[in-house]
Amino acid sequence: MIISVASGKGGTGKTLVATSLALALSDKRKVQLLDCDVEEPDDHIFLHLAINQSESVMIPVPKIDEVKCTYCGKCAEACVYNAIAVLKKKVLVFPELCHGCGACSYLCPESAISEVGRQVGVVETGESGNIEFIQGRLAIGEPMAPPIIRDVKKHIDRAREAIVDVPPGTSCPVVEAVKNSDFCLLVTEPTPFGLNDLSMAVELMKKLRIACGVIINRDGVGDGKTEQYCQDQGIPILLKIPLDRNIARLCSKGVPLIEGMPDWRKAFVALFQNIEQIVTAS
Amino acid sequence: MKELVVLSGKGGTGKTSLTASFASLAKNKILVDCDVDAADLHLLLKPQIKEENEFWGGQVAFIDRGKCTECGLCQEVCRFEAIKDYVVDKISCEGCGLCSQICPVDAIAMRVPMAGHWFISETEYGTLIHAKLGIAEENSGKLVTLIRDNARRVAEKEKLDYIINDGPPGIGCPVIASLAGANLALLVIEPTLSGIHDFERIIGVCRHFSVPIMVCINKYDVNEENSCHIEDYCHRNDIEVAARIPFDNAVTEAIVQGLPVVEYSDNEVTQQVKKLWQVVSVKLNDQEGRDANL
Repeated sequence: MIISVASGKGGTGKTLVATSLALALSDKRKVQLLDCDVEEPDDHIFLHLAINQSESVMIPVPKIDEVKCTYCGKCAEACVYNAIAVLKKKVLVFPELCHGCGACSYLCPESAISEVGRQVGVVETGESGNIEFIQGRLAIGEPMAPPIIRDVKKHIDRAREAIVDVPPGTSCPVVEAVKNSDFCLLVTEPTPFGLNDLSMAVELMKKLRIACGVIINRDGVGDGKTEQYCQDQGIPILLKIPLDRNIARLCSKGVPLIEGMPDWRKAFVALFQNIEQIVTAS
Repeated sequence: MKELVVLSGKGGTGKTSLTASFASLAKNKILVDCDVDAADLHLLLKPQIKEENEFWGGQVAFIDRGKCTECGLCQEVCRFEAIKDYVVDKISCEGCGLCSQICPVDAIAMRVPMAGHWFISETEYGTLIHAKLGIAEENSGKLVTLIRDNARRVAEKEKLDYIINDGPPGIGCPVIASLAGANLALLVIEPTLSGIHDFERIIGVCRHFSVPIMVCINKYDVNEENSCHIEDYCHRNDIEVAARIPFDNAVTEAIVQGLPVVEYSDNEVTQQVKKLWQVVSVKLNDQEGRDANL
C-alpha cells in the first residue's frame, strides 16, 4: 500500500507523522519511507541512518553543433520555455530554463542538436532495520521539483508498505508526490490557517480521487472549526496529537515521537490498521 | 520604493503572522501574498476585492479524437508520459508542444487553460495583491511574478515606500519568483533541527540570487540550544539576527481572532516584532548596507 502524508499548510507535522508511522510499521513489516519534500527534505534528520547510495537527477538539455547549424531558428521557435535564442551567427542556450522536452533536437532539420545531462538534484537511499529510505534533494537555485520527485517514486516497491512524505501546498510538486497513492493522510492544525489550507488539500484529493483522512496536530490550540469541517465533509479524523511542549521539544531535537514517547507506538499501529480497513472497504 | 520578502525554507515558522504584523506597523506600503497555492494572509487582513483578474497558465495539449488516427507518434515522443490511450493527462503535460508540432494529421492543439485568479484588494492596512491558484495547477512561479509586477506598478503610481511580500515555503520555483530582485529577504527560522537544515538551504538560494539576508528566530525558547547554534552560524556567516521572538499561544489566539498579533496583545512577542520592523525598515532604507552585503 502507498500512503502519502500531505498537508496544504507547511509546518503542521508531516515529517513527525511520516517518520513515526514508518518506524511503528517497521517492527513487523518491510517499509519504505520516501521523502518527496525535495525542496526541504527533513526525514533523514529523524531517522539517523547512513545514506549509502546517491544518484544524480539529470535533465537533458540541448547542445548545438555549430558546424552543422544553419541558424535557421527552428529550435528557438519550437522552445516554449525560451531556453534557446538564435542570433545571426550564434545560438544561445539557457539550460536553467530548459524542461528537457526534446522538441529542439527532434525538430532541428540539420540534426545539429544533441542532448547532454544537466544535474538538477539527487536521489539518495539508505537502510535501517526494516526501513528502506529514499529521499530527493533539489539542487540550490533550481526551480523544478517534479523531476526529482518522479525519480524518488521510481523506487517504490509494491512488496513493501510505502510512506510518502509530501511537500506543502497544492500545486504541481504535491500532485506529483501524491499521484498513485492508495490513501492520503492530511496533517493539519486546528487554526484558521490550517483549516483554509486543509480544505484546499481536500479539494485536491477529490480531484485526484484519492481517499483521505485527517490528523489534527497541536490539538488544543485554535478553535473547533476543523473538526466541524471534517464532519461536514465526511472525512475521518484518524488521530489527534495534542499541543505539548515536550512533543515540540522532541521534534526540535530530531527525535521521532514514538521513540521519545513510546506510548505513541500503539496509536500509529492503530492508525495504519484503520487506513488498511478504509482502503480495503473501498 | 523598497521590496521586502519574508521567507523561511521550512513551512509553518510564522511568515504570515509576521507579515500581517508588518502590515499593521509599516506606513505607506503595499502587501503581496506570494504563497499562491496556500494563501493565508487574507484571513488576517480581511480584504475587500476591488479588482478580480483571470490567470491564464501554461498551455496544455488537447487531442481531437475525430481527427486522430492513433498512429502513436505523440505518445512515443512525449518525455513527460502525459499521453496515454490518446488522452492527455493535463497534470503531467508540461506544455512543450512537441506532440502538436509533429502530429501527422494535425489532431493536437495547444490550449491555454484558466489556472486561477488574482486580486487587487483594499484592506484597513492598505492595498493587498493576492491570488488563488487553481487546485493542482502548475505555473505558480509565473503567477507570483505576475502579482509582484502588479504590486510594483501600484507602488510606483501611488509613490509607496514599501512592498512587503509574504513568501511561500521551500526553495523551488515560487520561492525563486518571490525572491528575485527584492532588496531584502527576512528569513523566519524556528530552532528545530529541521528548521536549521532548511535554513541553510534557503540561505543558499538567497545568495545564489544575490539578495541580502536578515534573520529572525521565532519561538526561540522551544530549544535554546538550537537557537544558540543558529546565532553562531549567522555570526560566522555575517548574517544579522534581528530578533528573537518567544513562543506564545497569543500568536495562535490572534490568528483565531483574525488579527495581526501586534494588535491582539502587548506581550513580549509584540515588543520583539515592533523592534524587528524598526531594524528591517532601517536596513531597507540603507542602500549602502545593501551594496556592502553584495
